[in-house]
Amino acid sequence: MTISPLDHLTQLLAKLPGLGPRSARRAVLFLLKRRETLMLPLAEALRKAAHEVKDCSVCGNLDAQDPCGVCRDARRDASVICVVEDVADLWALERSHAFRGQYHVLGGTLSALEGVRPDDLRIEALLERLKDGAVKEVILALNATVEGQTTAHYVTERLTPLGVAVTKLAHGLPVGGELDYLDDGTLTAALQARRTFG
Amino acid sequence: MEWMDEAILLSARPHGETAAIVTLLTAEHGCHAGMVPGGQGRRGQVSLQPGNHVQAAWRARLLDHLGTYTLEVVTAHAAPWLDHPEVLNIMAAACAVTEAALPERQPMPGVYAGLSALFSLSDADLWGPLYVKWELGLLKALGYGLDLSRCAVSGESENLSHVSPRTGRAVSIGAAQPYRNRLLTLPAFLLGSGTWTAEDVLQGLDLTGHFLARHVFAHAHSRMQPAQTDELPPARQRLADFYRRAVENGAAA
Repeated sequence: MTISPLDHLTQLLAKLPGLGPRSARRAVLFLLKRRETLMLPLAEALRKAAHEVKDCSVCGNLDAQDPCGVCRDARRDASVICVVEDVADLWALERSHAFRGQYHVLGGTLSALEGVRPDDLRIEALLERLKDGAVKEVILALNATVEGQTTAHYVTERLTPLGVAVTKLAHGLPVGGELDYLDDGTLTAALQARRTFG
Repeated sequence: MEWMDEAILLSARPHGETAAIVTLLTAEHGCHAGMVPGGQGRRGQVSLQPGNHVQAAWRARLLDHLGTYTLEVVTAHAAPWLDHPEVLNIMAAACAVTEAALPERQPMPGVYAGLSALFSLSDADLWGPLYVKWELGLLKALGYGLDLSRCAVSGESENLSHVSPRTGRAVSIGAAQPYRNRLLTLPAFLLGSGTWTAEDVLQGLDLTGHFLARHVFAHAHSRMQPAQTDELPPARQRLADFYRRAVENGAAA
């Protein structure tokens, strides 16, 4: 039995995060009413992205060119590498415009439950990037979770013999955070990381 | 069905788009899994950290259903230790070993009390030796306790220095002499000595690791998924590697 193109499209859209079968049907109707202005351009964009976007062989970012735009940008500071867990974290840091160095995507964190071991992460690729001595600082921008920080400590151990400075993001009060609503862990971390004011 | 209990969170994995499936070591209901609706949200991620002491309410239509949890964090044990690799490694290893070793839904009040006491330690130096002692307690709770009270050969209770890898019984330094290469070293802190080094902790981990691998993780009920069933969980292997590197670096210094 062959499935109709309508049902096939609905089924595929229903697999996207945030969409169920009902919302997928609404999306299909929405697209069909805008075939020329949205549906065909979307199909072309999907085809192009599927064929052209690939992992950057240097940092692990996703881009249509290899090395990616961040790695090729000569205006960025090549002496600082910011290590992130995945591409979404890289994009979050880029949105902030707060960092102008290079990145390195680890591809996950050490996880007992998921069976992620050091060999499954792009740690060797990071060590390879540091071999020529041009990088002076590595910033570990990993999540403030047990797995994230366990991974950060492991990466630090591997980097220490290379003599490169290793730093990490601060933990504590978020901008706009009210003490009364913060969890105990964040408050503890904020107190431990307090610094001179003024 | 419904109950409330205090618990230590051992693991949390994503389920669907927003929920999480967590495994808790509860005080009265043993190792118990359940679903946390919204567990992948910002609030959920804060409370679903391994090692957290939580107040858990479990509900299900039937007792053998997975059920859903409502969790409230009592103490975020890991939060003060995020900058301390030794404690984080121990916490990760303890959670992984507990989840992999214990049968589901079988009350283990002694194991819970031991883990709770370990995670409540405020002195980082005590974590290593007390973790080894907790693993000894875990072996005993599972029916594989070691006999470190007297020498298996001579019967003497003094000068114990090794453990037989086959029987788990202590051997005195004199009796151990001809078989030293085949015996496991018994660190002095397990016999009541108040001092220890990273090497002592490593020897303790090798000792308990040998019997955990042989008796516990070789069994079919074990829920871990390594290549070899008699391997220790990866987090536990990383803990031993951590101490091994500490010993090597200390020797080099």
